[in-house]
Amino acid sequence: MSQWPLLSLATFLPLVGAAFVLLTRGDNAEAVARNTRYVALWTSFVVLVVVLLIWAAFDTTTAEFQFVERAPWIPAFGIEFYLGVDGISLFLILLTAFLVPVCILCSWDSIRTRVREYMIAFLVMESFIIGVFCALDFVLFYLFFEAMLIPMFLIIGIWGGPRRIYSAFKFFLYTLVGSVLLLVAVLTMYFEAGTTSIPDLMNWGFDEDLQRWLWLAMFASFAVKVPMWPFHTWLPDAHVEAPTAGSVILAGILLKMGAYGFLRFSLPMLPEASVYFSPLVYSLSIVAIIYTSLVALMQEDMKKLIAYSSVAHMGFVTIGLFTMNQQGIEGGLFQMLSHGVVSAALFLVVGVVYDRMHSRLIATYGGLVHRMPRYALVFMVFMLASVGLPGTSGFIGEFLVLVGAFQANTWVAFLATTGIVLGAAYMLWLYRRVVFGDLVKAELKSISDCNRREMLFFVPLVAAVLVMGIWPESLLDAMHVSVANLVEQTAAANEAVSFAMREGR
Amino acid sequence: MAAFLAHDLLAILPALWLAVAGMTLLMAGVFISRNASHIVFWGAVASLAVAGLLAVMSPVGEQPFDGLLAIDAFGRFMTVLVVTGAVLALIMARGFMRRESMERFELPVLVVLATLGMYLMVQANDLMTLYVGLEMQSLALYVCAAFQQDKLRSTEAGLKYFVLGAVASGMLLYGCSLVYGFSGTTSFQGIVATLAVGSESTGILVGAVFIAAGLAFKISAVPFHMWTPDVYEGAPTPVTAFFSAAPKVAAMALLVRVLIDPFAALVDHWQQIIFLLAVGSMALGALGAIGQRNIKRLMAYSSIGHAGFALVGLAAGSEAGVHGVAVYLAIYLVMGLGTWGCILAMRRDGAMVEGIDDLAGLSRSQPALALALAVFMFSMAGIPPLAGFFGKFYVFLAAIDAGLYTLTVIGVLMSVVGAFYYIRIVKLMYFDDPADAFDRPVGRDLVPVIAVTAIVTVGFFLFSDPLLDSAGHAAATLVAGVSPSGQ
Repeated sequence: MSQWPLLSLATFLPLVGAAFVLLTRGDNAEAVARNTRYVALWTSFVVLVVVLLIWAAFDTTTAEFQFVERAPWIPAFGIEFYLGVDGISLFLILLTAFLVPVCILCSWDSIRTRVREYMIAFLVMESFIIGVFCALDFVLFYLFFEAMLIPMFLIIGIWGGPRRIYSAFKFFLYTLVGSVLLLVAVLTMYFEAGTTSIPDLMNWGFDEDLQRWLWLAMFASFAVKVPMWPFHTWLPDAHVEAPTAGSVILAGILLKMGAYGFLRFSLPMLPEASVYFSPLVYSLSIVAIIYTSLVALMQEDMKKLIAYSSVAHMGFVTIGLFTMNQQGIEGGLFQMLSHGVVSAALFLVVGVVYDRMHSRLIATYGGLVHRMPRYALVFMVFMLASVGLPGTSGFIGEFLVLVGAFQANTWVAFLATTGIVLGAAYMLWLYRRVVFGDLVKAELKSISDCNRREMLFFVPLVAAVLVMGIWPESLLDAMHVSVANLVEQTAAANEAVSFAMREGR
Repeated sequence: MAAFLAHDLLAILPALWLAVAGMTLLMAGVFISRNASHIVFWGAVASLAVAGLLAVMSPVGEQPFDGLLAIDAFGRFMTVLVVTGAVLALIMARGFMRRESMERFELPVLVVLATLGMYLMVQANDLMTLYVGLEMQSLALYVCAAFQQDKLRSTEAGLKYFVLGAVASGMLLYGCSLVYGFSGTTSFQGIVATLAVGSESTGILVGAVFIAAGLAFKISAVPFHMWTPDVYEGAPTPVTAFFSAAPKVAAMALLVRVLIDPFAALVDHWQQIIFLLAVGSMALGALGAIGQRNIKRLMAYSSIGHAGFALVGLAAGSEAGVHGVAVYLAIYLVMGLGTWGCILAMRRDGAMVEGIDDLAGLSRSQPALALALAVFMFSMAGIPPLAGFFGKFYVFLAAIDAGLYTLTVIGVLMSVVGAFYYIRIVKLMYFDDPADAFDRPVGRDLVPVIAVTAIVTVGFFLFSDPLLDSAGHAAATLVAGVSPSGQ
């Protein structure tokens, strides 16, 4: 099994699919669009299968990188084409491969113009995203990390809503500013350590003063991506204006890239600086949790509400990661996956009614349960998962994060918990206003329930949410060793810094 | 003595070939009555290509004519770039000249003569050769800029370029004379030797500043950039394409050589100058372009910005820096020419249009052209995996290596500001409603140029080794040639 270059296959198969789509020609525009959709769907399915194979063959007993592929790329500078996965990146790749077919299915009918370009953009983006999570060379990582902006920019700008141009520019420039500072950090690390190999950099041990600068440069990039308060303002705009599938990818995966960056680079490579700056991260995360939850409470636009809730949920992730203990990091990682599925699903839920009514305003709806019982059920599952009800995936993530946070800092845990209450408030209220009540609005009288295609992507998502909630060990099992390794790497720094702080007092 | 002379002449065979070809083509143009422009055009393309081949094959490491020229790997690398730029620009000029009924044989001849000047520039090893080469190139270019002599804008561009260029040449010449006065020699090695003794370095420093100012004019670095937007806008579009490619590369190569070779000992001084030029150019290039509605003016600001980024590599003053500049110039040449190819395809009812709004909705009417231009724009903005990213990557790599963190951070931030106007063009083509379509077909002479440059821009990250190696070799010989052979 391992002699097959499975990671390259998963990374570059979408590009092959995109090339196929590019070559699809014909006089009948309708037929071309249909073929395009099928090519894209099948490509993404094959990628999912490849990733499942990787999961099946994954060895959960080692923290080493697996399925490693290594080839010289720019020998003059020792930059390599270097891929590999561990328990941290594996599930993010799985999440990507899982969500892309869902995105393609949900755009099946809603995207009618320039279908070919749309599918090409999506497949190219899938390739870049998987590349980001597989890359074990910092330059290669950066390449994928930034290249991904191009397809996303086009998706928001071409197929987005009325303010799509403003949003696309804001998204592009905001994230680019962060990324270029990351580049400066990468170059600096290259000259310090003489390598861009990520495993080597993890064990390098940078000078403490330098670490702080590098940490800030990386923070500029990852905090915008996560996004952490106050760098989150691009997110509501981009989410609201992007087409449904674009929001799904944004919320489901792109936000995780920032958190993945913290996990893969900031913590292991710059442990002392991470400990030093963890109060900053805690503070920003808590502000994000409480403030954006309050903002979400007051939203009239469903997509905006979910966008703000994403900022709040990602606040839990960053708290979890920076507790630097086993429960916290696992919780953060689990919360990433859970939020990846749940927020993606919530955007799809909004997309379903948007496709029918072309309105995202909460006020447009009400009493949908009378006409759409299946929809109401699906919506309820995701709503409860977002709230963090036990038995759903959201509970596990938030619980582990809070356990971790409690060990690190009681106040952080206390304040973060208030976010759960607020989260329950805005989600339940949203659900009540949209689904319950009497069906009084005339234009809703003829609205139809989820069709078969829509159920086709909702059922796996519901299953994922429940499986993750009831049997979390299915995922945690593969994370334990990698996370333990990471905790060990940062533990020494944690000790040293807290010792220094005690001495200082 | 005769054998000695023959050896020298052999070493500069490409220059001899270009000179003879230029004169022959001129004669052919004058005396052939039928189809003269056609014959001269292809003759010029062929002789430029041959000159490029000769330059690649001729032995390096020679210093013919008692060191007036230095035929080294750096010069050869730059010669290849210059010749490539000239050939591609000429090919793109063909259709334009025919349509604008200005198909005269002089333009190809002028390009050949300008290339000869550039050949001398990039291999100059003496202040005399430097000046002669630069003037040879500049005079040919002044005429090129005013080539559409019945158009007011073109003549204005030519005149402006000439007057301001003459001022810059004057500064350069004054600098040369100061250096000569204080060092008693015009030879680069002689200057190195004088500086090594440490005598009279203030006078030489002032001379060096004047020389740098004169060359900064040629690469349109801030604050010597004022001519660029007007000349770029006024000159006939293919001539502008040529301006932005080959002469820029040649002048930048000359600046690198002058500062790294004879004035290497003054690195602490000129580093500050280059630092300021780089910051100014990057900032003005990025900010100035935002308000532009004319694509040729926009490209002028873009070229100012690119000069700034290339200067970041030079500011490092190291081998890695020269390497970065060389790679940057090569990539800039390719994507710049590709962009100009797309601009030349902007025709409506047989006439050129130059407003960026004319590009609106291009992705609907001409998807392939829009895709190519989008590739060039993202590449110029420095988004990986396109070639432009690697250009910036290597210059910033060198700058970080040299400890220029401030410059690097300013540079990357300016690249984000610059990205705004590049992606605005993408936005026009992809997000906006279509304007009237451009004329089709794009043209047999444009399509291959656009296609090849676009493929190189996209595929560069896969096959970057040959370019990196030869640029590395070029940088190594230039930097290594300084200290040991300083005699």
